[in-house]
Amino acid sequence: MVSQATASAIKRMNERTEIDGLLALEGIRKEFPGVLALDNVQLRIRKGSVHALMGENGAGKSTLMKIIAGIYQPDAGEIRLRGEPVTLKSPLDALEQGIAMIHQELQLMNWMTIAENIWIRREPRNRFGLIDHGKMAEMTRALFARLNLSLDPDTQVSELTVAQKQMVEIARAVSYESRILIMDEPTSALTEREVEHLFAIIRDLKARDIGIIYITHKMNELFEIADEFTVFRDGKYIGTHSSKDVTRDDIIRMMVGREITNMFPKIDCAIGDVILDVKNLTIPGVFHDISFSLRRGEILGLAGLVGAKRSNVAEALFGVTPADSGQILIDNKPVTIKSPNEAMAHGMAFLTEDRKETGCFLTLDCLENIQSALITRSHVKAGFVDQKRVTELAEGMAKKLRVKTPNLHEIVENLSGGNQQKLLIARWLLTKPRILILDEPTRGIDVGAKSEIHRLITGLAAEGVAVLMISSELPEVLGMSDRIMVMQEGRVSGFLDRAEADQIKIMDLAAR
Amino acid sequence: MNTISQQAVAATSAKRKLPSELNILLVLIGISLTFELLGWILQGQSFLLNPQRLSIMILQVSVIGIIAIGVTQVIISGGIDLSSGSIVGATAMIAMSFAQIGTFERALYPGLTDLPVVIPVAIGLIVGVLCGAINGALIAYTRIPPFIATLGMMVTARGFAKWYTKGQPISFPTDSFAALGKGMMPVVIFLIVAVIMHVVLRYTRYGKFTYAIGANAHAARVTGINVERHTVKIYAVAGLLSALAGIVVAARGLTAQAGMGQMYELDAIAMAVIGGVSLSGGRGSVLGTCIGMVIFGVIISGFTFLRLDAYYQEMLKGLIIVAAVVADMYRQKKRVKRS
Repeated sequence: MVSQATASAIKRMNERTEIDGLLALEGIRKEFPGVLALDNVQLRIRKGSVHALMGENGAGKSTLMKIIAGIYQPDAGEIRLRGEPVTLKSPLDALEQGIAMIHQELQLMNWMTIAENIWIRREPRNRFGLIDHGKMAEMTRALFARLNLSLDPDTQVSELTVAQKQMVEIARAVSYESRILIMDEPTSALTEREVEHLFAIIRDLKARDIGIIYITHKMNELFEIADEFTVFRDGKYIGTHSSKDVTRDDIIRMMVGREITNMFPKIDCAIGDVILDVKNLTIPGVFHDISFSLRRGEILGLAGLVGAKRSNVAEALFGVTPADSGQILIDNKPVTIKSPNEAMAHGMAFLTEDRKETGCFLTLDCLENIQSALITRSHVKAGFVDQKRVTELAEGMAKKLRVKTPNLHEIVENLSGGNQQKLLIARWLLTKPRILILDEPTRGIDVGAKSEIHRLITGLAAEGVAVLMISSELPEVLGMSDRIMVMQEGRVSGFLDRAEADQIKIMDLAAR
Repeated sequence: MNTISQQAVAATSAKRKLPSELNILLVLIGISLTFELLGWILQGQSFLLNPQRLSIMILQVSVIGIIAIGVTQVIISGGIDLSSGSIVGATAMIAMSFAQIGTFERALYPGLTDLPVVIPVAIGLIVGVLCGAINGALIAYTRIPPFIATLGMMVTARGFAKWYTKGQPISFPTDSFAALGKGMMPVVIFLIVAVIMHVVLRYTRYGKFTYAIGANAHAARVTGINVERHTVKIYAVAGLLSALAGIVVAARGLTAQAGMGQMYELDAIAMAVIGGVSLSGGRGSVLGTCIGMVIFGVIISGFTFLRLDAYYQEMLKGLIIVAAVVADMYRQKKRVKRS
């Protein structure tokens, strides 16, 4: 017999469980240096349902998932699992409490077998304390039978296709008796048939009362597999709805309702002749049939969601990873660009997306960072750098771009993100480019530096430089571009003129 | 952010901050003074005020110092070279075989004796450059890690040195060849090499590219640097300097043996690391390596001076190398935290 108090406590708990469902997050806040990634966000997952998370790049979906999977700790807020408040200290902790995440980048050990991957840390032992491989294979087969999978447990994971690896990850999650499964864009590398198989398994998991959190950019998947969905925008919770009650347009409107707060100082300037003409550029499996042209003085915005392969196109143009087929014409003459140096010879410059990974020489000083591109092509006599002249040029450019540093001998890792970005822009401007490719030119930098960079880009266009600007911030694309090209999963899905473009039209082309 | 950087003062002043080598110099002074103090306490005599001891000490480290200069630029570029010691052995043998005197009746190449000194030197250096270029090409074009590529060269070059005369030493060099190792000549050669490399790393495009590749190879590629080709050059230069060290060693000893230069690669790496060259690349200088070399020499000479058992010396040397790397990692961590 239980006491009255206990009985009512249990009753209350059950009630709360009813309201909360399987998992509830309340008032979640997460701040990274300089960015508020999640601001008072909530999420409720019911058991036996698929809950889709939608939002633009940088909306905060991935951060929230990482909090649920125990990878990040929230700065504030409560997580309740079946009504009970929990803290998830690590991915292992989350896994043991029944939350498993299937990462976009699959996390299996390639050189071990399927069975070893699934049962790692929990291998069945024989009476000598050694691993019992026979029993392990048997356990795997039993698990696969439950999930209708036909894979040999002794196959090495490196021999599996992406889809099969995903199945193994799902099986591993199920083997932990996970109640919640997080899937981060699981279909991004799958064929149509593999997607069908995945959906069959998801429906099966649903029937076993497992709650599934499903991150996707694809509208059609949302309507096919999800029961509910939640939209985030700029780290804020926008709303949760049943997927039966809404249309595609409703969702797009929820996703893009971002206010245009920044001023974009776009100057209208004369647009000249075509300088760059790209025809059917293709790297099989990455992007296909990319065709566009770019004129002097024009800013062509390139919009798209994560996975649209915009950066890959830029890298192909600049010769970092040359395209397999297609044609590039500069000034109406066909050119072959097999390396960045060849691209630079044609007057191209490329500000890469990731400042720290592919842009800055963090351990070197500002001067070395600014001059590195220039001295690959000029200002060198008999191997010696004409340092006096180059320093003058670098100082002049740093001044023009208002780089804030005590002097150019400051090590770059001590500078703010905005100043690092200005240094990289200075690096490319010193080479006097005619075609400037900018990949996320203002990502992760403060508002002041942002508008300075915007002003600079417009100024360059006014001087006749042709600009191709990749950006995931729709207001930036809309504010800065003369024309907008939208990509979706490695293909150009449409062009919009400055006059006709708006956030909804872009998102309509970007999302399937 | 401090107030200076808050103001929109653009970069104008060309004033440099205190060089980072100053720290290492302070370590050197500290260690020297410690030995000086211990010297008075334990031996009743000065450690530093003994010109003979100091010149022996410099002579001892300068041959490995030549290698360390080459290794410095390899480590700055983000790589490592384990083959230097074996290249010393191989090139010592080859150079010596073309430097023998005609009056020695069992010369390796009886028809090729009493050659002018440039010939054995040139042959030795060419072999060193080839070994280094093979290292570089393997690393740049097959993408195998520098550790493995140079480990392969380490074993192969040593094997070659043994095969060359089936293990027999080669002796009786011409006087002009032997002069390369006489007296303080190794120190002079070291100093010339150090000054040249200092200028190259600081003022030439070769140097700028080397630092850029070590700081961020991907960014280096995007700025138009041919990373592969430059990598081959870097290892070729390292091979050249190992060969130079091999020639000096052979000349000094008046004989070449297949086992020459064993473990030199580790001492050379240790000198560079002690001198502040970062194993993660992009940081370090010739000046730092020179100070690191002297620290290395002072420690060995100091232990001998204190009559410390040679076995202890070796064990302590190991500890010092590890400590230098730990110090580098610690500095690295602090930087990551700050940014």
